[in-house]
Amino acid sequence: MNRNLIIGLILSAIAILAALMSFIWTPFDHVAMNIPAKLQTPNLTHWFGTDHFGRDIFSMIMVGARTSIAVAFVAVGIGMGLGIPLGLWAAARKGSYIDELIMRANDLIFAFPSLVIAILITAIFGAGAVNAIIAIGIFNIPVFARVVRGAAMPIWEREFILAARVAGKNAARISVEHILPNVLNLLIVQATIQFSLGILAEAALSYVGLGAQPPTPSWGRMLADAQTLVSIAPHLALIPGFAIIITVMGLNLMGDGLRDYLNPRTRVART
Amino acid sequence: MIRYTLKRFLSLCISLAVASLLIFFVIEIAPGDPASFMLGINAQPDTVAALRAELGLDIPKLERYLAWTQGMLTGDFGMSYTYRTPVSQMVADRLWVSLPLALFALALSTLIALPAGIYAAARRGQTGDVAVMSATQLGVAIPNFWFAMMLVLIFAIKLRWFAGGGFAGWDKGLGAVMWSLTLPAISLALPQAAILARVMRSALLDVMNEDFMRTARAKGLTTTQTLWKHGLRNALIPVLTIIGLQFSFLLAGGIIIEQVFYLPGLGRLVFQAISARDLIVVESVVMLLVFAVIVVNFAVDLAYAAVDPRLRART
Repeated sequence: MNRNLIIGLILSAIAILAALMSFIWTPFDHVAMNIPAKLQTPNLTHWFGTDHFGRDIFSMIMVGARTSIAVAFVAVGIGMGLGIPLGLWAAARKGSYIDELIMRANDLIFAFPSLVIAILITAIFGAGAVNAIIAIGIFNIPVFARVVRGAAMPIWEREFILAARVAGKNAARISVEHILPNVLNLLIVQATIQFSLGILAEAALSYVGLGAQPPTPSWGRMLADAQTLVSIAPHLALIPGFAIIITVMGLNLMGDGLRDYLNPRTRVART
Repeated sequence: MIRYTLKRFLSLCISLAVASLLIFFVIEIAPGDPASFMLGINAQPDTVAALRAELGLDIPKLERYLAWTQGMLTGDFGMSYTYRTPVSQMVADRLWVSLPLALFALALSTLIALPAGIYAAARRGQTGDVAVMSATQLGVAIPNFWFAMMLVLIFAIKLRWFAGGGFAGWDKGLGAVMWSLTLPAISLALPQAAILARVMRSALLDVMNEDFMRTARAKGLTTTQTLWKHGLRNALIPVLTIIGLQFSFLLAGGIIIEQVFYLPGLGRLVFQAISARDLIVVESVVMLLVFAVIVVNFAVDLAYAAVDPRLRART
């Protein structure tokens, strides 16, 4: 395993463990207010300090990890669930009107920055974590469709595909049985990247009030709450920021590391 | 080239038409009637009906869509429901903040990224390369609005070099405007610069492996000469594409940064419009952003085809 992959795995594991752990244990109740203990800097009782309501920031960060990871994870799931079949379909019918239609529809979604999609969705259905997931998920669809189509097209020219055709398999079966396993590595890497982008997008949406709503803690909203207090209690902004950076960096490093690790050529070159 | 341009132009028109349809009808299905929202819960039904008629909301949707798109083509975006001023005027006023911000950020991002990418490529595998790549790794992981808060904390609150937010106004002169947009532009530019530096580095490394680079070295040019005369020119093509795409991203991404710095740009306009259910403003701003992305993509495609004739032949 390469260095990027190891560091990436460790950083991502910290975030994921914090999120999982928050289901069974947090040092304090993350919504419990304790006004006398408000705005404490990190200390032995409150490891990351407290906010303006005296809530324990360490506990909020743990529960916030849950929101960030869940939103990004489901959004990647939506992107993969719809994008991969569309990409496979487009590649199997390369040059046909279906291919053209799928790719133009993709271009169209790309023209709506994810933030703009989120604004549209919020304008219609209101703010919330579910709508944030849909907004980020929609944006992920063309990303996966494109990656799959691009990677699948050269595979369709290979001889083993011809053999599968001669054996009587139809395009759908070939796509699932032969094309998909060959593009899986690429998809894993892309999923990691989209996952990290999803964490950033969720934070941005929550920051402007379009994501998870109170009392659900989220790193983005913690930053929004911190904005007016940043001059007297910088830790309120520093800690959620570091949480986002560590998670995103971990996922990015993992993506880079996986790309090298899963690519036999670079792996052989190294050893 | 003419055929290619026409084909791409046709595709541009279709994209714009579909996008406008999508935006209009998606927003039109939004629950909550703007007229009842503006008049409050105690309004009489006939008052609501009168306001609906005044705002033109009683006209069938398709007719309203056609009127909206025709108006857009002539620069008339309709009348804001809440402010009763032309939307085009409101958007134009806000564009004077959002557009300079996006351009400023683009300039900064390019100025930081290109030298950093070239430096890293020239020192591939050495300490300088590792340092630049680690910095870009950090750059893409930092949320820009958090970075903006940190800049405010350090340069506005602690050092007091800049204002913590707000826009100077064009009547104060270009210098004051640029000064008030400096922190927002830096925070917007940072993640983009990190991405661009990586693209610049990898594009240059790809070119360095080409045969013509070896030939250039073989005929006696120094490494630096080869890099500047042959490498850079060829590596810039993918970099220019990304710069083009980043512009539209910066325009949309500015929405969040405007919130951090309380800048009266398109972002704040759209958030105010959403909460006031001023749908026509939301539609127009979203359409404008999407228009910017589609047109920039079109321009990038054409520029690309002009530089690389193989692309024209393929389509």
